[in-house]
Amino acid sequence: MDFARRPSPYWSARVAVPSLMLQVLAALIPAAIAHVWFFGPGFIFNLLVASIFAVGGEWLMMVLRKRPPEVALTDYTALVTAALLAFAVPSLTPWWVTATGALFAIVVAKHLYGGLGFNIFNPAMAGYVVILIAFPMHLNLWIAPRMGDIDYQYLTVLQTLKYTLTGSLPDVLGFDAVSRATPLDVMKSGLNGMRTVSEIRANPIMGDFGGRGWEWIGNFLAIGGFWLLIKKIIRWHIPVGVGVGLMLPATIMYLVDPGSHPSPGFHLFSGATILCAFFIATDPVSAATSPKGRLVFGFGIGILIFCIRTWGSYADGVAFAVLIMNMAVPAIDLVTRPHIVGHDRKRTKPS
Amino acid sequence: MTAPTYDLGKLHGGLRLPGHKSASTTAAIRDVPIPSQLVLPITQHVGDPAQPVVGTGDRVLKGQVIAEPDGTLGAPVHASSSGKVIAIEPWPVSRRYGDNAPCIIIECDGEDRAVENDGRWGDFLSLQPADLLLRILDGGIVGLGGAVFPTAQKLMQARTCKIETLLLNGVECEPYISCDDMLMRERAAEILGGAQILMHAMQIESCYIAVESDKPDALHSLGDALAELGDDRLVLKQVPTIYPSGGEDQLVQLVTNREVPSGGLPTDVGCLVQNVGTAAAVNDWIIKHEPLISRVTTVAGDGIANPMNVRARIGTTIADVVKFTGGYAEQADHLIIGGPMTGKSMSTDRVPLVKATNSILVVLKTSFQGNELACIRCGDCASVCPIQLLPQQLFWYARADDEVKLREFGLIDCIECGCCDLVCPSHIPLTANFQIAKGRIQELADEKGRAERARRRFEARNERLEQEKQNREAELARQKNSAKQAGPAAIAEILKRKQQQREDD
Repeated sequence: MDFARRPSPYWSARVAVPSLMLQVLAALIPAAIAHVWFFGPGFIFNLLVASIFAVGGEWLMMVLRKRPPEVALTDYTALVTAALLAFAVPSLTPWWVTATGALFAIVVAKHLYGGLGFNIFNPAMAGYVVILIAFPMHLNLWIAPRMGDIDYQYLTVLQTLKYTLTGSLPDVLGFDAVSRATPLDVMKSGLNGMRTVSEIRANPIMGDFGGRGWEWIGNFLAIGGFWLLIKKIIRWHIPVGVGVGLMLPATIMYLVDPGSHPSPGFHLFSGATILCAFFIATDPVSAATSPKGRLVFGFGIGILIFCIRTWGSYADGVAFAVLIMNMAVPAIDLVTRPHIVGHDRKRTKPS
Repeated sequence: MTAPTYDLGKLHGGLRLPGHKSASTTAAIRDVPIPSQLVLPITQHVGDPAQPVVGTGDRVLKGQVIAEPDGTLGAPVHASSSGKVIAIEPWPVSRRYGDNAPCIIIECDGEDRAVENDGRWGDFLSLQPADLLLRILDGGIVGLGGAVFPTAQKLMQARTCKIETLLLNGVECEPYISCDDMLMRERAAEILGGAQILMHAMQIESCYIAVESDKPDALHSLGDALAELGDDRLVLKQVPTIYPSGGEDQLVQLVTNREVPSGGLPTDVGCLVQNVGTAAAVNDWIIKHEPLISRVTTVAGDGIANPMNVRARIGTTIADVVKFTGGYAEQADHLIIGGPMTGKSMSTDRVPLVKATNSILVVLKTSFQGNELACIRCGDCASVCPIQLLPQQLFWYARADDEVKLREFGLIDCIECGCCDLVCPSHIPLTANFQIAKGRIQELADEKGRAERARRRFEARNERLEQEKQNREAELARQKNSAKQAGPAAIAEILKRKQQQREDD
C-alpha cells in the first residue's frame, strides 16, 4: 500500500492567529460596553468607521500587493487595530479623523512595512499619533462621563451620529456644554497652574483613583486582560513591565513630593495605561520576543509614559511611549537573547 | 516499591502532549509469526554499511551473520530466521522517506533453525571489559531508542572519557510509542541484567534508570525487579512527563542538571546513555547468546484497526506487521516510522522493520490542517524550545539563507523535536524549514571543503612548478659556473667531443 509523504511533526498546532485575534476582540467587549455607558454611543460609530476603513485598507493593500486578500481579511488583525483605535479616540470624533487614523495604521504602518508580521510600529498607535498631530482639537474633545454629580448633557444617539458624520453639534449645544477636559488634562493644567494634587482632585471629574468613568473602563479592560493572560494569549511580561515601569517612578515621586505629583493609582487608572499594558504593548509583532526582552520593552514603555505625562507637553503619553519602544525592539532583542543550551554561557553575548 | 523523584535538573520549555498510549498497552506484547520473506538492509546503524558475507542462493540459519561491519563504525547483520538468500538488491527502506537501499532478501523456510551455539560463554564477570566489548560488537546491537548508533562503539568511545554514570533511558516521551513501556513491564529483570553487563564493560559503579511518571506499571515492575536483584548500584529515577525529556541530551540535563556541550556527547559530562531496549538486547546476547534479530515495536494511530505492541523479526515488512495486527483502518493516509513528532513519513509499507523501528504509526487524512500565515513574532516557539533557541529568528534567517546568522543562532543545535511547530499560531512548518536549512549549511560546508581542497591542490601545484623552475635555473647556473671555472681547455674539449659526435653521425 502506498502513502502520502510529509515532513515531521505530524501534529499541527491547535492555536491559530484568527482565533487569537477574535479572543482579543472578545476581551475588549466588557470595556466597550462600559465605554458606551459612560461616554455615549459615539464609541460604536467610531468602531464602525475604524473597522470599515481598516478592513477596506487591508483589502486594498493586499490587492495592490497582488496577494490573496481573503488571507488578510480572515485573520481579524485589522479589526483588532480598528478596535484599539476606537478606544483611543474620544467618543465624539468626526468620521474623517478616525478614518485617517485607520487608513494610516493599515496602509502605511502595516502594509508599507510588509504587512502582518513585518511592521515595526504598532499600527493602531501610529495611526493614533498621526491624527493626534493632524487633528489636535478633535482629539481633545471628550464629553463628560455619565456620573450622577456632574451636570451631564445627554447627546442622543442621533446627535452623536450627526456629529460623527458632519463634525457639527446641534445649534443649541456648544462644545463647552458637552465636553470636558480629560482627568489627565485637568491634572496637567492644574499642576502647570501651580495647584496641588489634592486641590486638582477635588474636581468632580476625578474618581477614586483616576478619572470618573475612566477608572471603570480601566477595570473592565483589566478583567479582559487577565482573561487573555489566563488563556495564555498574552504573557505576563509586558503588562508587568509597563506597570512596574510606570508605578516605580510614580511612587518615588509621589513619596518625595505628594503635592505636585499624583498618586501611582491615579497614573494606573487614568488615560490608556491599562489598555496599553494588556492590549497595545502586547501586540507581538511590534514587541520584543524573549521574556526578558518583553520585560525590558514593557518597563521602557512605563517609564516613558511617566516621563511624558510628567514633563512632556501631552497629557497622556501611551502612543508615543509605545512607538519609541517599538524602535528599540531590535536592540532589545539583540541584548536579551537567551542562552542556548550547551553553549558557553559567556559567549552567547551579542557580537 | 515506588520510585522516589530525585533532585532533578530543569529542562527549558517542552510540551505536555496527550500520550495516546493506552490503546497499545492494554494487552501483552504479541509475537508476529515468521514472514515468508525477510528484507534485511545492510545499513541498519549509524556508520558504514555492513558488507554481505552470503551470496544469492546460500542457505542461512537463524542468528547467522549475513553481513559484517566494514570500516571503523558499524554493526553486523544477522539472519532473523532460517531460509535461502534469494536476492541482494535495492529495496525501499525506512530511512530518508523510503528510498531504496541495498538489502539481503531471505525466503524463509519456516523451520527457524538456529546456528549452533559455539559453547557456553560463562559468567560475563569473569571476562575482561575489553573482551566483553568485542563480544557485544558481535551481537549486532545498536541503540534501539531510534538513533541506532552501534552500541559497542559507543561504549568504546565512552571508555576514553571519564564516565561516572550509566543512564538507562526508559523515557518514551513521544506520543503513541509504548514499546519501551511494555518491555519494562514485561522484561524488567533482563533490562537490569543488561545494565549490569554494561556497567561491568564500562567499569562504572552507578546506574540510573530514568522512567517517566506516566508509566506507573513500568516503574512498579522495575522496582520489584530491583528489589529482587538487590544491587544497590542501580537506582530508579522518576522523571516528569514532558516532551522531549527522552532525548539523550535532554535526559542527561534532567537527571544530572548538566548541559551536554554544543556538538558534544553525554560522555563529555560523565554520562553514558543507553535505551532500556538496548540493555535488554545486550542481556539477551551475552547471557542467552541471542543476537539482535527481533525487536518490540508499537503499532498505533487512528489509521490502525487494532493498536498493540508486537515483537517482530528484523526484516519483516511493515505490511506484514500491520496485517498481523488486523490491518489499516479506513482513510489511513500517512505511514510514519517513529512517533508523531519526529517520525519519518514513508511512501510505501513495503519497507522492512529494522533495528531502529520503535513505532509504526498510521494517521488519517483529517489529522492535518493549517493555513500558513506570516510569523507574528509571538515568541511561543522560543518559550517551548528545549534548547532555548529562537525559532522565529532562525526561520527568518533560514528564509534569507543567512548561513552566518543561522550558525550564530544555533541552528546546528536544533534537535528537530517539533515543539515549535505545535505552538505556532501561524502554522509555519518550522522544523521542516530547519531541516532544509541544515541540509543547506551542510552542502555549503561541503562545497567550501571541496573549494578549499581544490585551492590547496592548485597552490601546491604552482608551488611545485615554481620549485622545479628554480631547481632548473639553479642547475643551469651551476653548470655555467663549473664550465667557467674549468676554463678554456675544458670548453675546447667539449667542442671537440661534439665535433666527434657529428662526424660519427
